[in-house]
Amino acid sequence: MPAGTVIENVATASYSNGSGTASVQSNKVSLRVDELLDVAVAGLASAPVPIAAGTAALPYAVTNSGNGPEAFALTAEAAVAGNPFTPTVQGIVVDSNDNGTYDPGVDTPLAPGAATPALAADAAARVFVLVGLPAGVADAATSQVRLTAAAVTGAGTPGTAFAGRGEGGVDAVVGATTARSAALAAVITRIGAVSLTKSAAIVDPLGGTRPLPGALVTYSLVARIVGSGSAEGVVVSDGVPTGTTYQPGTMKLDGAALTDAADSDAGSAGTAGISVALGTLLSGSADRTITFTVKIN
Amino acid sequence: MIRQTLLATAAALAAFTALPAAATQAVAEPAAGPVSLSGDVKVDRTVTENGQTRHVLVQPDKVVPGERLVFTTSYRNSGTRPIQNFVVTNPLPPAVALAETGSGDYLVSVDGGAHWGPLASLTVADGKGGSRPATGADVTHLRWTIPQIAPGASGTVEYHATVR
Repeated sequence: MPAGTVIENVATASYSNGSGTASVQSNKVSLRVDELLDVAVAGLASAPVPIAAGTAALPYAVTNSGNGPEAFALTAEAAVAGNPFTPTVQGIVVDSNDNGTYDPGVDTPLAPGAATPALAADAAARVFVLVGLPAGVADAATSQVRLTAAAVTGAGTPGTAFAGRGEGGVDAVVGATTARSAALAAVITRIGAVSLTKSAAIVDPLGGTRPLPGALVTYSLVARIVGSGSAEGVVVSDGVPTGTTYQPGTMKLDGAALTDAADSDAGSAGTAGISVALGTLLSGSADRTITFTVKIN
Repeated sequence: MIRQTLLATAAALAAFTALPAAATQAVAEPAAGPVSLSGDVKVDRTVTENGQTRHVLVQPDKVVPGERLVFTTSYRNSGTRPIQNFVVTNPLPPAVALAETGSGDYLVSVDGGAHWGPLASLTVADGKGGSRPATGADVTHLRWTIPQIAPGASGTVEYHATVR
């Protein structure tokens, strides 16, 4: 029942007094409904939200379960017991366009310590807690972030009254939720690492595999993505060993030739060494193999 | 008609023999019948003391949703003749829902007073083309019937409700 509602009760009675019927009405008893301060916070993500580099947005719902309009002060806390790492809280954002997705520049950031806009009774606001990763975090680690909402009018022991602070000047009374509520949501790290394995195969002028002058040495570099995340901007470079000479036109990526010139293909090679830009390696993607050949002087 | 006139004369005579102030009152409210109805409301709050919980009825002027209220209506026959077929009708304030306590010395209506019966006998539309048993939240009116009130007798009816 909305705060400020007046409950009025009147009874009427009809009766027979021996000469007909008559009726009588009671006095009216009136009660005013005070504003109840209640809130419920819930995490909205069904699974931990992946976070790589950059920012993850953890969604929560803040519901005004009281009976009058109320704003709620929000605090996000990342130092939750049991966390293997502490996410970096970057801010809290209201999902202004209510589309369920964090839209940078569109959704309204709350100033630190600021409250939500006033929510009507039974209305809910979706908010995002933005978190980043500290350095040196392991892959596939899950940490929780707690969002707490407290009624701006006041929170505390149920029954605590704030005279005249309710809607329309009625009293505001803390409800069973203590006018404070908290919920957890989790992030899981998605960190990719690249491993590189190098091997060499020798063909000597005598048809054997000894490192003789004039022997050709073909190096293989195998780049592999490990972990649950991806790696971006991967570039594999290798120098030409002293005492050897790069053999022009021998550079290949996954068996396909690359030109030595620094041009539109991924590779470039010269007397000093080779470099191949692999770009983004997605988690679970196939190994990339780079080969090139040098001659022993 | 004659009987009423006689009664009024008797009241006026009685008043004159008592206090002039009372006489003024009697003349000013000639429509006041021999029966009075007086409504009251209390809020039923649970108090915990020394680990024991008990209910206390307190006089509220303000309540919050979920609180339990006890509405009482007292009646008194201050006339000299018995009253028959005394029917008290109480529309339920829309802001409260009837709390069925099982005491049930009243009939209820869930359709604004058109049909009456014990709550368990009534149904309401379920919004899906059918019907479902009525609950306390569906009740719109309460009704008590007291067959007779002797001269000077009084009594009280009450119902319990929860603030929506």
